[in-house]
Parts: sequence; C-alpha cells; structure tokens
Amino acid sequence: MKNLAPKLSHDQYEKNFEEIHPPLSNNSAVAEANRCLYCYDSPCTKACPTHIDIPAFIKKIGTGNLLGSAKTIFESNWAALTCAKACPVQVLCEGACVFNDKEEPPIQIGRLQRFAIDNYFEKGMPSLFKAEIKKEKSVGIVGSGPAGLACGAELALLGYDVIIYEANQIPGGLNSWGIAPYKTRQSDSLKEVDLVKSFGVKVQTNMSVGRDITFHDLKNKHDAVFLGIGLGESTDLKISGEDLTGVVNAIDFIEEVKKEKWSSVNIGKRVAVIGAGNTSIDAATESIRLGAEEVMILYRRSEEEMSAYDFEFELAKKDGVIFHFLTSPKRIIGKTSVEGIECIKMTLSDAGKGRRKKPVEIPNSNYIIPVDMVIKAIGQGAKTEFLNSITGLKIEDGKVIINPENYQTGNETVFAGGDCINGGKEVVNAAYDGKMAAHGIHKYLSGK
Amino acid sequence: MVDLSVNCGGIKSPNPFWLASAPPSNSAYQNCKAFEQGWGGTVWKTVGEPVMNVCNRYGSIDFNGQKIAGLNNIELISDRPIEVNMKEIAETKRLWPDRAIVVSLMVESKKETWHDIVKRTIDTGADGIELNYGCPHGMSERGMGSAVGQVPEYCKMITEWVTEVSTIPVLVKLTPNVNDIVLPARAAKKANASGISLINTINSIVGIDLDTFKIMPSVAGKSSHGGFAGPAIKPIALHMVSQVATDKEVNLPISGIGGISSWRDALEFILLGASSVQVCTAVMHHGFRIVKDMIEGLTFWMEEKGFNSLDEVRGRSLPQLEVFGNFNLLHKTVARIDQDKCIHCNLCHIACEDGAHQCIDLITENGNTKTVVRESDCVGCDLCSIVCPVEGCISMVRLDEGKEEKTWNELMEEFKKEGKELSWENLGEFQKKHGIVIH
Repeated sequence: MKNLAPKLSHDQYEKNFEEIHPPLSNNSAVAEANRCLYCYDSPCTKACPTHIDIPAFIKKIGTGNLLGSAKTIFESNWAALTCAKACPVQVLCEGACVFNDKEEPPIQIGRLQRFAIDNYFEKGMPSLFKAEIKKEKSVGIVGSGPAGLACGAELALLGYDVIIYEANQIPGGLNSWGIAPYKTRQSDSLKEVDLVKSFGVKVQTNMSVGRDITFHDLKNKHDAVFLGIGLGESTDLKISGEDLTGVVNAIDFIEEVKKEKWSSVNIGKRVAVIGAGNTSIDAATESIRLGAEEVMILYRRSEEEMSAYDFEFELAKKDGVIFHFLTSPKRIIGKTSVEGIECIKMTLSDAGKGRRKKPVEIPNSNYIIPVDMVIKAIGQGAKTEFLNSITGLKIEDGKVIINPENYQTGNETVFAGGDCINGGKEVVNAAYDGKMAAHGIHKYLSGK
Repeated sequence: MVDLSVNCGGIKSPNPFWLASAPPSNSAYQNCKAFEQGWGGTVWKTVGEPVMNVCNRYGSIDFNGQKIAGLNNIELISDRPIEVNMKEIAETKRLWPDRAIVVSLMVESKKETWHDIVKRTIDTGADGIELNYGCPHGMSERGMGSAVGQVPEYCKMITEWVTEVSTIPVLVKLTPNVNDIVLPARAAKKANASGISLINTINSIVGIDLDTFKIMPSVAGKSSHGGFAGPAIKPIALHMVSQVATDKEVNLPISGIGGISSWRDALEFILLGASSVQVCTAVMHHGFRIVKDMIEGLTFWMEEKGFNSLDEVRGRSLPQLEVFGNFNLLHKTVARIDQDKCIHCNLCHIACEDGAHQCIDLITENGNTKTVVRESDCVGCDLCSIVCPVEGCISMVRLDEGKEEKTWNELMEEFKKEGKELSWENLGEFQKKHGIVIH
C-alpha cells in the first residue's frame, strides 16, 4: 500500500475494539428486568424472528432464575449469545417494545439476553436439555454458521446423529468471522459451537465439501442434508484498477480483523469503502479503529436508499466516517498500489411506478479522491458453482428455493436455510431457519 | 401565606415533620443536623434502661430492584446512658427553641423509676414525652415496649404514673401488634395522655438467605423477629390511624407514623386525622435532606388547593369512612380504554381474564392486538386500570346517575319489612329489577 496508517499500541487497539454494549451488572440487570412490564402476547416476542418468549426470560432474570432464563432463550434460539450482542434490536425486539409508545426507553432486551447467556456459559454450560432416544438416522450439515448450528442442535436433541462439515479451521461461520469485534468476538461464537457439540453434534473442520469430500459422497453417508453454506464471493466493482494493491473485499477484510491480531492488518491512511450496507459500515468503522486517518463511504444512491440500519449509520458518523452519497466509482487509480479513486456524481431518476429510483451519472462531474485503500462492499453472490452441482436444486436471484413449510429444496433429501436462501439477512434469521429446517427434516425422515 | 405549623397535643412545631424515635434521632449531633435541614421536631431515640445492641441489626425487603420497600430492625432503645442523653437533649433544646423536642422513654414498670425519669426529662426543657409502648423486640422480652402496649391495663397504669407527675404533654406510642388498636388508645386516654403516636413497627421476619438458610438479620447465626417499617407498612398504619381518629372515646391528637417517605404520604396521614407525622426509614435511606422536598411539596400543594393551614386539611377524608353495609349497591362503573393511549401491553386483558371477570377481549385488528371491554359484563372492579402502565389510558366511567341509592343495610331493612328472607332467589330478584347481571 502506498501510505500505510501507522500501527497503534496494543492498548489502543483494545480500546478501539472494546465492546460498544458492555455487559450489565447483576444489579442493573435485575433493575432492568423489573422494569419490563411482562406484556401478554407481547410485541417484542412477535418482532423476534425466532419468537423468543422475551417477557418470560426477562422475568426469570428478575427472580434470579438465570438458568431458567437461558433455557427459555435457547428453546427458541441456539445463536443466543451472538444474537444478544449483534442483533439489530432497534429494528426487532427493542423496536417493538411497548415503552416506545410510552415515550420511555425500551427494555434493553439484547443486554438482558446476554446477561442470562453469559451466566449460562460462566456456569460451565449446565445441562438444560435432554435428547430424545436415538433415531438411528443421520443428517449431514454443510456449514457451521448459525443456520447449521441451530439445525444441528435441534436435530441432535430430536435423536439424530449429526455431522457438521466446515471448510474453515475455525467453526462458527459468519458468527466467528463476519461480525465486527466491538459487537462479538470469535470466542463468543465458539461458545455456541461448544454448546451444540455438547448435544453430540460432530463438527468436522477443514472439511470443505467439494474439495475434501464430494457432495455425492456426503449425501450417501446421511439420510438427509442441510445446507447452511451462506453466500459466496464479494461482488466485483467491474471497473479498472480493481487488481491494484490496496483493493480488498469487505468480507476478507472483516475476516482478517476478526483474528484479533490487530497490528498485522494493514490499513491505508485514507480508505474508501464502496457501498452503504451494514457490511460497509462494519468495514468503515473497523478501518477507523485500526488507525485509518480518513475513511469515507461512497454510495451511488442517497441516504434514503441506503440499506444500512439507522443506528449503524449513526455509529459510523460518530466514528468520523464521511459519507459521499450519489457518488459512483469510475476507476481506481495507481501504478501498483491504489493512489486514488475517480468518481462521478450521480442523480436519481424515476424508474417508474413502484420501482427503486435509478442512479444516473451526471456528465462531466468526474473527480478524483486521493485514497490508499479501497474496500469493496457492494454485496456477495451465491455459491453458484457448488449449488449447481446438486441435482434438483432450484436457484433464483442467487437464492436457493425452498418450501417455506419445511425448508426442503427441489431435492427431497436436501434442506437449506440462512443466507443461502434469503440472500443475506441477520444471524437471528439464520438461527430460525436452521431450527425450523431441523423440524422439516425430522418430519420428512420420520414419515419415510 | 401557607402556615405549616402544628400543635399536636400541646407540642408545637413549625411544620408537621418530626423525626421518629429511632436511629436518626439518637444524638444531639443528628437532631441538630436534622433541624438545620428543616425538620419541625424530633422524638429523641428512646432513653431509659441499660441495654446493649448486637450486629447485624437490619434486614431489608427490596422490591423489583427498588431498595428498602420495607426495613426490619432488631436495634434496641438508646444504648447510651440516661445522663448523656439528658445533657444532649437540654443542649439541643437550648440551641433550637422553636422546634419540638419530644423525648421517648422506656424504663422498667416501677412507679418510682418512671417518676424519676419523667422529672429528669422535664428538667431538660423538652417539649413533651412519648411513651414507648411499641418496641416489639428485645425490650418486650424484658416486660417493656410492646409488652405494655399489648395490654390496655398496663398501658393505662404506666401512663398514669407519667401523667400524674408530668408538667409537659405526654404522647403514648402504640404497637400495631394487637387485635384492636383502639383499646390501648382508649386506655391512654383514660390515663390523661395528651395524644397518641402510631404505629410502631410490626412483628416480622424479613427474609431468609437461600444459600445459607440464615434468617435475616443474622447475629452470628441466630436471629429473631424484628420490627418492620418503611413504605410497605403505610397502608396498615393509615388504617390504624383512621381507627384511632374516628373513635369517639379516644378523641386525642395523633402523631402519625408508618412508611412516610414524602409529603404525599404525610398528607394522607393528615387527611386521616394526624396532627404531626414522624419519619424514620426514609431518613435512614436518604438522609435528613428529604425534609426540604417534604416542606416545599406540602406548601405548594396547600397553595394550589387554597388551604392556609393544616387545620383545614386535617381529617378531611375521615367522613368518607363507612361500613360496607352503607355502600350504594346501585353505583355502577365500567372500564373504558382510550385506544389512542393504549401501548398494547395487553396486561389489562390477562389480568381481567385470569384474575377478574373475563370481560376484556383481546382481538386482532389489521394484524395488531386491541383490547376491548365488554361493558355489559364489566363489574367495575378497577383491576384493569390498576395494572395499566399508561396514565389515563383506562378510566372507570360512572354509568349510574347517582339518583338511585340502595345500600345493603337498606335492602335488608326492606326485606325485613316485606317479610322476605335473605336468599339467593330474593337477592336475584333485586338484581334483576336493577339490571345487575352477575356472571
């Protein structure tokens, strides 16, 4: 890279990446739990994609029944710790809290969930669930992200033998590799993996389906297969200069940061992040935390169309990230390393009734922004090649088509959930898919 | 200009707020500091028999994360010698001539001993005496405190020993640990007491530690009942104050005590007939400074309501007290929910459904839940509006026009005249006539 941002001290890195939502103390958790109205047929439960009985788990915190609280949470969601820390609660449970209508701060549901789950892991994962008698049937799961883990946990408790095949050395999928470290750490995700393993689920790491084992062999080994494979490569910008040193894709960059070896991640002095989704925000705020002096987000549409959540936008602005809306990259400039990015100003034109406004270039509005690093965050494609190799699977818009009743794909023994069926949503959606797919698989196998 | 001054049985103070005889009124240092902050009077922590205290002394009930909803104690009377206390009382009175200094006393049940301590108290220049017949722990084992308060005869006898030599007003402080609070109050009246202070603390075991099985407070593994005080006891105290205030035989000024933490609490006691009020637990929790809000809040309230003195307020709510048999059976209210204010917590639905009369339906409208009262089935119990967390969202609306009135007693009188017996059939006939439907 042309201009590297100076490395920071260890303490400074730790400070920069410290949790933005610290844990509640016992006192504050009980006080907050007691503030909960214990609504009946509560809106927060409805707003949670996994429908955790939120008032019930919160009341249990209030009475000091912390194991019971954790049990209530796990009954709905096996990615409970990650969700507690990384869920966009503002638009889900906390956004639905009745206190919002009362013009009072909503109950801190995420932090309370974390309190109960932290306690559960601190207590050494005491047994809360009893598996049903063995079914003498096995299910292979591809991918150990939240969807795969949830599916595995649920199936194991239903009495199935479960093997999760994970290509990476460290399991957990995006929970381990894709969440900003100031929200969750890899160690959090690994606790969830341990929990699922405690039900008898085997997790084979460094086992890439297609490389180390063919899908055909895997399918033959099991009575059913669940695909929780997430998404594939980052989408390219398709402009010149993309091969210059200093151009990285957001997923790789975030993975690198997730190793928590902060000083080994090279960061440019001036960083341009392309795209304005939640991944872009993560990349931008992590760049700032690694010591970049100037970080900007370039987005071809306006603030209104941006897919990043409001609270993520606020966080980025608070961190000092500069937003260039209606700005599209034309080419990346540099000899061997990135030196600048040529952009063009855009305007939005009506694309017809009910359709998203279309960004259109404003002629001769090109200008160059000097930057040392470009992070591409305009989305990810599907793992098309792999998916296409599976007989009967239907893919539309990069999403595996499933029957929403039971999560079955076009291939009757293959089920799927998580990002590969929804194109990239929240951890909590993947956790829900995995659980529901497990019941779909159970129904399918027991009807067989 | 609002006048907050009071005269409770001849004991005058610039405002009704007194420290109760308790740890906060233990010493000259504390009482003087309290007066500096504005307290109108103090009842000096009980002076008398030699005692020794133990630790720990307190246990608390914390409710839903709120500290000290109630406080239990096993602390005894002053553990400092009579001489020391009397000297400090005299000094404090000299420094604060306009404040009420009442001295709480408790000695063994001997006439001479009582005569002696009463005379020594008068010599300090104190404004009054309060007889501690209430302390329910420790002292009662030694035949004092509530052991006296629980037996009207003892209460009368000892009060007479005091009043026969006292030249200053004598208040008798009652224990609530009795079947009928009026009886010891009448005994005090017969013995020429100037007023009644109530209530003292309530016998209690405050809690048990579920890890150690220790009863709280634990004195090196041993425990005992203590005296319960604080916000939790206010309703019990208000009831007892009202009983003494409405008893025609007693007819004495009252110093109200029991869970008073704010001017609002104080006003409730005054509205039920108290002349002064005494505070302990709230001071133990937050310090003497709370009196500033008490004085200010009471003053603003009086100004807003147009009252000039507490004489206009005292006992104002007492005339409403009636026996159940005199309530109008034809009074009808129903719950109305303001849908604009509703936040959809559905607590009214589940409270009514499981805890009352199943008349609030939870219906789904455009994907949202909505609570709707079936007014024909509503018994007007008020539970829904009590559980509703939104101010003014559920109101109880009066449906009768107040023109018709029939009390239970009147109805029974009518039955008697018509030669009807009290039966479900006859009662049903009355209900039917007035459109009262019972589910």
